[in-house]
Amino acid sequence: MTAAVPRPGSDDLAQVRVGIVTFPGSLDDGDAARAVRLAGGSPVALWHGTHDLDSVDAVILPGGFSYGDYLRAGAIASFSPIMREVIDAAKRGVPVLGICNGFQVLCESGLLPGALTRNAHLHFRNRDQRLRIAARTAWTADFAEGVEIVVPVKNGEGRYVGTVETLDAVEAEGRVLARYVGGNPNGSARDIAGVTDPTGRIVGLMPHPEHAVEELTGPSTDGLGFFTSILVSISRTGAGRAA
Amino acid sequence: MTRVVVEVMLKPEISDPQGQAVHGALTRLGHRGVQGVRQGKRFELEVSDPVDELAIQQIADTLLANPVIEDFTVQVDPPAPANARSPLPPDRLTS
Repeated sequence: MTAAVPRPGSDDLAQVRVGIVTFPGSLDDGDAARAVRLAGGSPVALWHGTHDLDSVDAVILPGGFSYGDYLRAGAIASFSPIMREVIDAAKRGVPVLGICNGFQVLCESGLLPGALTRNAHLHFRNRDQRLRIAARTAWTADFAEGVEIVVPVKNGEGRYVGTVETLDAVEAEGRVLARYVGGNPNGSARDIAGVTDPTGRIVGLMPHPEHAVEELTGPSTDGLGFFTSILVSISRTGAGRAA
Repeated sequence: MTRVVVEVMLKPEISDPQGQAVHGALTRLGHRGVQGVRQGKRFELEVSDPVDELAIQQIADTLLANPVIEDFTVQVDPPAPANARSPLPPDRLTS
């Protein structure tokens, strides 16, 4: 159940700079920054209206309702100035994690397959959710494969969908990042809670690991594993920095 | 200036819970003849002449619709609906 023990205070990890984009309507940028800090890294605030990635080593697109979720959730954010840079950086191998609205932005950008649509039951769903980690990626390396974790889920448009061909391909290529366990909160196809690109560096997840990093406020500290994973992965490989 | 109408619908294989909810409401209202409802979006663009139809296709394909889950149609200067205003009196609309 527990993620690998983070090593806050380690100089190597503290040197890893993780950018967190704030869009108009982002809600969870503060918690994402806090999660990076608790995992031992250095969060860097990025602003949607600029083309400046500030040479970060990785990027997190946080949850919320970017641009009011007008048109489709994540659609307008995916065309914001900073996303041009994020997309270019992602294609060069800079790791990107999209959480909830950030996952929607990654799908709308075409960086991840499928799309996220209105929950099947039409209700906003907010609860602690069990997940099974299904893929080893730069963001999940600290989890044993198949481990179950508990993190909050909170969405109104979290139902992962795709054509049958897309879903079959995602499964066949081992690109399901995590699946819902103990009940599917939104009607997502095949219980898919998150997916990864083929490299394991661009990852989208509908539930919120950044809300499960402290015992005081979260249902667990399982979410820390996502943040320690990327810090360790970058400090070990010295991954190229974003421009 | 030309009016261009872009209509966006979920692909047939993508389930539409909003349309299903509307269908459920219609059934409760006694409209048993309605066998199904699918809900979409309609965009009306005011475009400078001459209309660049290729650009409109690109607009629809990149922003107005998400081609992963949605189909769209483009109509350049379609005839205005014969009865564009609701026949209901205003007080019925605000209640």
